[in-house]
Amino acid sequence: MVREGNVRIPSGCAIAAVISREGKRMTGEKITQAMKPMHDRSNGLGGGFAGYGIYPEYKDMYAFHLFFDCRDTRKQCEAFLKEHYEVVRGEIIPTRKIPKITDEPLIWRYFVTPLPSVLRDLQLDDKEFVARTVMQINTGMKGAYVFSSGKNMGTFKAVGFPEDVGVFYRLDEYEGYSWTAHGRYPTNTPGWWGGAHPFTLLDYSVVHNGEISSYDANRRFMEMFGYKCTLKTDTEVITYILDYLIRVQGLTMEEAAGVIAAPFWSAIEEEPDREKRVKQSYLRTVFSSLLVTGPFSIILGFTGGLMALNDRLKLRSMVIGEKDDRVLIASEEASIRVLDPDAEKIRAPKGGEPVIVKVREGCY
Amino acid sequence: MKCIEASQMDYRVLNERIREADEPCRITGCLGQRFIGAGLKEGEITLADGVPGNALGAYLNGASIFVEGNAQDAVGDTMNDGSIVICGNVGDTAGYAMRGGTIYVKGNAGYRAGIHMKAYRDKVPVMVIGGCAGSFLGEYQAGGVLVVLGLGEQESPIVGDFPCTGMHGGKLILRAKCGSVRFPDQVTARQATEEDREEIRRYVSGFAKAFHMKEQEILDSPYTVVTPDSRNPYKRLYVAN
Repeated sequence: MVREGNVRIPSGCAIAAVISREGKRMTGEKITQAMKPMHDRSNGLGGGFAGYGIYPEYKDMYAFHLFFDCRDTRKQCEAFLKEHYEVVRGEIIPTRKIPKITDEPLIWRYFVTPLPSVLRDLQLDDKEFVARTVMQINTGMKGAYVFSSGKNMGTFKAVGFPEDVGVFYRLDEYEGYSWTAHGRYPTNTPGWWGGAHPFTLLDYSVVHNGEISSYDANRRFMEMFGYKCTLKTDTEVITYILDYLIRVQGLTMEEAAGVIAAPFWSAIEEEPDREKRVKQSYLRTVFSSLLVTGPFSIILGFTGGLMALNDRLKLRSMVIGEKDDRVLIASEEASIRVLDPDAEKIRAPKGGEPVIVKVREGCY
Repeated sequence: MKCIEASQMDYRVLNERIREADEPCRITGCLGQRFIGAGLKEGEITLADGVPGNALGAYLNGASIFVEGNAQDAVGDTMNDGSIVICGNVGDTAGYAMRGGTIYVKGNAGYRAGIHMKAYRDKVPVMVIGGCAGSFLGEYQAGGVLVVLGLGEQESPIVGDFPCTGMHGGKLILRAKCGSVRFPDQVTARQATEEDREEIRRYVSGFAKAFHMKEQEILDSPYTVVTPDSRNPYKRLYVAN
């Protein structure tokens, strides 16, 4: 089979998420169930989840999740990691053998901390160093792929339908304060384990329904800053854009949303608040290459929160509901009703309107 | 009355059960099943609870569907005849390419309600939205009648941004003065005339009956009627014909 990244096939998907504003931890079982009514939005070529707050016992370490094609690759990668990191624990990620998920690669996780001497030599902060390590492994080490690299969070993805992927990865055994989920219908690439969503870098994870038309413009811009798009999928570039804008450039979530789903020039002209007008026009001008066009609805997961965002023309669906301390997000209301049959305040945010939900400070 | 408990039922099976029935169907426990009632010529379907999936009543051809709660995207996609009544809200693209029949929505509609609605001779689709409508209302509307009433206490305006983009046929009626709504150049918005009001009464009457509301209270309000300019806006776009 031609691997993802070597072929482009000229796409529908399903996304869902749940977060507790009080930081109450939930197992991954509900979010897995919530993907069932949206089964027909995917075609079995990818499903995945991201859970936040799932590794409290290692919360100060980066949790690397990796796919390996063989034992030799794993040995080689472990040797590389040990040169630069203190590896506190390395283990196979536990899975269930189920008939619907087959041909899995070797799936491992490592809890690591960059060696202080290495950071000193390179004069880098730990996040930048970790991001560079991920790029280095994913582009330079054949057969190895880092698919999760944040602290106290983890991504779990596979080829299959999402409701089966959740069972495969035993998500009922993890507890997190927020979860995102994705069912894939790949349209531009053949569908490989690494290409399933969420796409992550550090603690940022993105699940995406849509197909952006600005991929190459966005990719070319991002490559100037060392981000290497290895999989030819649009979600990968959206993840890197958000990491660049929020972590590297220091923009707020709202500002980052104002770059990728920028208001129309006509809307900016009509904005009565001068300060807002100047800022919107500044963001559109400075980061014009990071405007994401074409249909998308995404959920960005980050430490302590979630952001849901639609493209400004709203060419994809997204519904939000609430119940007690929880906020529920999904492509379809049916899925929200699984997360909580009594969900209230059901609404569909406008195109380009970011919905940002944060866990109460100190609760995660 | 045939009762169908639809929880965990695949949409194909559910639709088969509906088609087999020779009496009205009452469906409970549905959750996201698509295409409910697709193409049905006759019969009555009531969705007593749950949330029907996308494309409810697609290609509907004479049957009637009643939904107690909300519906998702693309309600009545390309429906040809019959009626769909929704007591809650609908998602995006309600009445997508609708070509006949009626849709009444008591609550709000998402983006692109009435996109590509069309009409031919006696086939004139009508969709009435009781609450407000999202952006791109009546996008590329080619025919039929789209009515938005803006009833109830609303946080958002009666219609979102860019209504009537690409409209080139049919009629949009809004129960408001619409002074601040920006319409595109190729359409004309005017206050309803007496003649218009006679026509509006027909649509409102059907809507009020469906939800047991008072017709006159809905009628007592300014109305705006939007139609594409009478000179064919695309006539000379490519060739003079």
